[in-house]
Amino acid sequence: MAPPREETVESKSSENLRVLPGDDLSDVFISTRGSKFRLGPGLRQEGETVVACKCGILRKKEPNDVFWIDNHQKRYVPVKGETVLGIVVGKAGDVFKVDIGGSVPATLSYLAFEGATKRNRPNVAIGDVVFGRLLVANRDMEPELVCMDSAGRSGGLGIMSDGGFMFQCSLGLVRKMLSPKCTLVKQLGQVMPVELAAGMNGRIWLRGKTVSSTITAMNAISSAEFMTESEIRLMVHRLQDSVSGMWSGIS
Amino acid sequence: MANDHRVDGRGKTKLSKNLMQMKFMQRTQESNVQKELEAEQRRRIDETHWFLDLPEITVKESNFDVEPSFAVCEDLKFGRMSYKGMNPSIEKIMRSIEAEELEAISEQREREMTVSDEEMARRYSTLVGTITNKFTKKRNRTQALDEPQEKRVKKEFRKPPDE
Repeated sequence: MAPPREETVESKSSENLRVLPGDDLSDVFISTRGSKFRLGPGLRQEGETVVACKCGILRKKEPNDVFWIDNHQKRYVPVKGETVLGIVVGKAGDVFKVDIGGSVPATLSYLAFEGATKRNRPNVAIGDVVFGRLLVANRDMEPELVCMDSAGRSGGLGIMSDGGFMFQCSLGLVRKMLSPKCTLVKQLGQVMPVELAAGMNGRIWLRGKTVSSTITAMNAISSAEFMTESEIRLMVHRLQDSVSGMWSGIS
Repeated sequence: MANDHRVDGRGKTKLSKNLMQMKFMQRTQESNVQKELEAEQRRRIDETHWFLDLPEITVKESNFDVEPSFAVCEDLKFGRMSYKGMNPSIEKIMRSIEAEELEAISEQREREMTVSDEEMARRYSTLVGTITNKFTKKRNRTQALDEPQEKRVKKEFRKPPDE
């Protein structure tokens, strides 16, 4: 199991509880009873009790009492509203089939792109990588992706064009690099020009100025999974030295 | 005639039979009959419907909401980023998101710092007397305090009494 991520750990003993699937967590909620709770991923309500359905660490967010289980996982389960990276695997009439790593491929309507009309179809080919938001995701229906927001603008979603490279990692790494406390991507951005898209389904798409810088960024990100904040800083610092050495060597 | 007026349950005046038979009341009477018929019909339909004699199912209010996304729980950032001018349009989006967040934070801080509307109303209500004091002359001040609400009667022509 992944070691606990130190940056997100609050120093309270009642939270950060290690739980196993089936653990009855009612007593945790009884001790903090009063307001309404929100159950995040990994927690399930069984009648009056709350049961864990993943193994991991119980986390809590203060302002509106959100509880969830933080765990290491590679299998993505689609969740409504999350942004994911998918690969277009087929065209079926009005929709594209997109593999997002879930149990079934998602559908993506050709009208769900910015500026797309019935006459003006988006230029999507099989094998393209798309960054989309899940509009429909539940256990009984196949998930549906869109590449625009409710106002019809792209807002950063759409096809990842101009090369780049996509790789797979654990869901935890994506959550770590998107967490507000983690400065990995920001630091990496100070070192080299880079563009990236991180999907909640454990896929990261990267594009640097050159192929070698893309590979460097990929290595930096994938090796940062179990690093603490200070270790990340040290790693990026070393990277900066080597990158500047490399570039001065070329010129 | 006055004795014939009765008030029915809905507070509507019930008119006498004789009055209802008059020619100008015919339309009202017709519509009344129509309404009665409709009610009768509805009752008959309701009676033919079957219903299960079960206690009503009450949905118990749950103490829990479900929030299935990590992104909401952990306040994750938007997954599309660009640095050092790699994709200017993405950097624009990043900047706008950042500005929105900053604004939300400052708004939150402001809400904590400033006086709430209720507090304002409470304080202001105690101030009202003091401020009216400011606009009255010193000589009138004591009088104004005693009866500040007195309305000035507008002078108008009065008819002289007949003799």
